[in-house]
Amino acid sequence: MSVEVAEEHGHHHDPALQHQFQDMDQQNESYVVGMWTFLVTEIMFFGALFLAYTVYRRENPAVFLEVHHHLDVFKGAVNTMVLLTSSLTMAMAVYHAQMKNRQKQMIYIGITILFAFTFLIIKGFEWEKKFHDHHVPGPHFEYVRGEGEAPIVKAPPTPVVSMRMSNGQNVNFPKDTIEPDFSNKAQLFFSLYFCMTGLHAFHVIIGIGVMGTLFFMLMFKHPNVDYYMPVELAGLYWHFVDIVWIFLFPLFYLIPGS
Amino acid sequence: MSATALPPAGLPASAGETKSTYLNWSYSVKDWLLTIDHKRIAVLYLISISIMFLLGGFAAMAIRVELTSPHGQLMTSEVYNKMFTMHGVLMVFFFLVPSIPATLGNFVIPLMIGAKDLAFPRLNLLSWYLYTIGGLMALAAMIMGGVDTGWTFYTPYSSVYSNTNVSLTLVGIFIAGFSSIATGINFIVTVHKMRAPGMTWFRLPLFIWAMYSTSVVIILGTPVVAITLALVVVERLLHLGIFNPALGGDPILFQHMFWFYSHPAVYIMILPSMGIISEIIACFSRKRVFGYSFIAFSSLAIGVFGFLVWGHHMFVTGQSMYTSMVFSALSFIVAVPSAIKVFNWTATMYKGQVWFTAPMIYALGFIGLFTVGGLTGLYLASLAMDVHLNMTYFVVAHFHFVMVGGATLGYLGGLHFWWPKITGRMYPEGWAKLAAAISFVGFNLTFLPQFIVGYLGMPRRYHYYPAEYQIWHVLSSAGASVLAIGYGIPVIYFLWSLKYGPKAGDNPWGAVGLEWMTSSPPPMENFHEIPVVTWEAYDYDSMTESEAQADRESMPGAGAAVRQEAARDAEEGHPETGHPAGD
Amino acid sequence: MDHNASDLAHQPGETHQTHHITQPIVYYVVYALLVIFMLLTVGASYVNMGSLNNLVAMTIATIKAVLVVLFFMQVKMGTRLTWVWAAIGFIWLIFLFGTLGDYVTRNWISVTGW
Repeated sequence: MSVEVAEEHGHHHDPALQHQFQDMDQQNESYVVGMWTFLVTEIMFFGALFLAYTVYRRENPAVFLEVHHHLDVFKGAVNTMVLLTSSLTMAMAVYHAQMKNRQKQMIYIGITILFAFTFLIIKGFEWEKKFHDHHVPGPHFEYVRGEGEAPIVKAPPTPVVSMRMSNGQNVNFPKDTIEPDFSNKAQLFFSLYFCMTGLHAFHVIIGIGVMGTLFFMLMFKHPNVDYYMPVELAGLYWHFVDIVWIFLFPLFYLIPGS
Repeated sequence: MSATALPPAGLPASAGETKSTYLNWSYSVKDWLLTIDHKRIAVLYLISISIMFLLGGFAAMAIRVELTSPHGQLMTSEVYNKMFTMHGVLMVFFFLVPSIPATLGNFVIPLMIGAKDLAFPRLNLLSWYLYTIGGLMALAAMIMGGVDTGWTFYTPYSSVYSNTNVSLTLVGIFIAGFSSIATGINFIVTVHKMRAPGMTWFRLPLFIWAMYSTSVVIILGTPVVAITLALVVVERLLHLGIFNPALGGDPILFQHMFWFYSHPAVYIMILPSMGIISEIIACFSRKRVFGYSFIAFSSLAIGVFGFLVWGHHMFVTGQSMYTSMVFSALSFIVAVPSAIKVFNWTATMYKGQVWFTAPMIYALGFIGLFTVGGLTGLYLASLAMDVHLNMTYFVVAHFHFVMVGGATLGYLGGLHFWWPKITGRMYPEGWAKLAAAISFVGFNLTFLPQFIVGYLGMPRRYHYYPAEYQIWHVLSSAGASVLAIGYGIPVIYFLWSLKYGPKAGDNPWGAVGLEWMTSSPPPMENFHEIPVVTWEAYDYDSMTESEAQADRESMPGAGAAVRQEAARDAEEGHPETGHPAGD
Repeated sequence: MDHNASDLAHQPGETHQTHHITQPIVYYVVYALLVIFMLLTVGASYVNMGSLNNLVAMTIATIKAVLVVLFFMQVKMGTRLTWVWAAIGFIWLIFLFGTLGDYVTRNWISVTGW
């Protein structure tokens, strides 16, 4: 019905125009706003993990500083370069989608996928080392402090509640006597590390899936990718994945201090 | 483009019907389960949500029956824990959060703004499937032995020590959360981009403002609880220590992250209901809403301020006192926009021509009960009082007043208001009024005693209690039985009306709004031609005296003839006047 | 009805995206900046600046993120609505980080009776 109304008024409607939209501008803007709304949910999704990280790092600064040395800064830096470059190639893919150049789109999306795989492979090496070092949290976790590492001085327990009784006496209720030891706090660091980089890697995998699908659609000249919007939306997603890593890298790998 | 379930153009209605509507163009299962029509999806949601409400209600009945005696006659403590958990999980995540947005919102929003569908129809269908899958997982967990952590899943009990089906339930809730997010994305883009020509923001019905605000809250809050619950699952399965104090974790962090969503969640539950109340009060007072912009902006204010008060659930957890003070002050402030709405609704009715239909009775009930609920919330916002009242039945009564007396009453009012539009049939008005009255009485009898027994010290989530509380519990349980009847009657007459109810005209209430300018039920594409809006929202003032009189005195449906005429005039050829009264 | 809805689809007050295609040179320049900032942040982590280190690292990360958002994600050239949504996401993160207020104030002067 809607199609008939549009045609009666002499419009050629773009074959990509969906039935609920009036024109392509409305559709394009809707898709971009929709994608951004989804990315806002992703910001809050990862953001909560960043909050957990911040709280625990604030509470255990010395532990985090010492333990993070077990992460490989070089591999982390290389991965950062890999993702930044993949963001560039994805932006180029979007450019060529807007210029309607199918070949170049395929090339740039293909390169982006290769970079994504590189990222995962390097991450795989990092995780494998963690596995061998018994640093994967869980029943096999074991953190052994190296020789020469200065002992962490624990503050003596302080009373949490100081109450004034009706007879005028002050009574102190001591802190709970369960004190996690260094190994447990190290495990906390690695728990956060694996959760956050793991969730990020999961998003990278999904990104590969999306880009792979676009690649094959371009290869088989599927009509949906005559329209630049699918590639642009994938690009927005991929840039977001890059931004998460931009924050993950310094927080985990570059904790400052001697 | 692949259109999964659009009818070919010009398809005639099935034999026996006079016109093609979204309901009758096809009866096949495939065209229902693969529909991308927002109206059909709304109906699918209506069915799923009603089932969840029923199951959550059974859990409530089990609780109330158990609480009639002080020594636990029917169930062990473990089973009781599972019952209140089931009640909370099903009611909060699977009924209250999606109810109005997914059913009435899905159905009405495109109609109200003059659009053919939502912005992303296939995402809409996906959101229903996600809801159903999440719901089935939660139900499976219940059947397979239940969960006993309470709907709040506090750690480390939920993440380390509980031996029940926590993970399965949490995954179900996680998936349902994405259903909610999908709905939120859809509504935001739809309201921004799909309004009919001439429909500026300040000509929008207030229901749209409410739904927009709700959607923003959904987008910003749900992901936080999603990741929090996912972390609990990960902690359970992989024995990490993120919230376990023995391993260096902080259980209070869980509560911060959990309540960061779960407080705004209550605004997700109440805002749509408030939007419905605006619609109903305007229609049945025959007056435009007093203070339109105040109500519109207060919806946004509630959405924003609602994110700043989560700590009031944590006053006695060991949170820093200074933080508690800040949250207490902010919790007082967040009550103000809600109060503004109540004043404006009251002012709307003043010197209006009030028509006591069933939706109006629900709306009036809402105003009274929500006010009580909101005011008791202020007691709880007060830090000193909350130390004593927290974790007692006072809290339980407070949130049931706002959730049941508020949100659910609004939902029922909206269902009655839009039932003729959705189904093309009128429900029996007499029975509806009776049911509204019964549920009002039942509700008060159930929850007023709970304020008293809570104040007297009855803790929540306990089923053993001192004998002196029994009288209050018995009163409450009696009330619950009455309330159940009050809810049961509409189920019967709504189903009855589908086959035997009188056919409704396009506009049986004589209401102003784009959704009333199309047929009941609407055709597949909502409007035969997209209307151009040149009038203000709630333009009841321009209705002539005789029209108003005719609507008041006639049975619902009879006054429709006048309005149908006017609506057809507006549709057919007078875009400049496009005025609902046709003059 | 003579009005074609699509003529009026652009609501009063909302400008539509002028479909501006960003030239590749912009992307290359931004990429170069991102790499420079990345090297800067790695280098800065080896210099002991005390409590400034964290601020420097997070500032650099924020600048990089802003560059990606404005240019790679084309928010600078997009509609105002897109820009608003991008901003809201990060603003709300600040609300979430209000949780830190609890942790920071826990050890302040304790009050008898609480």
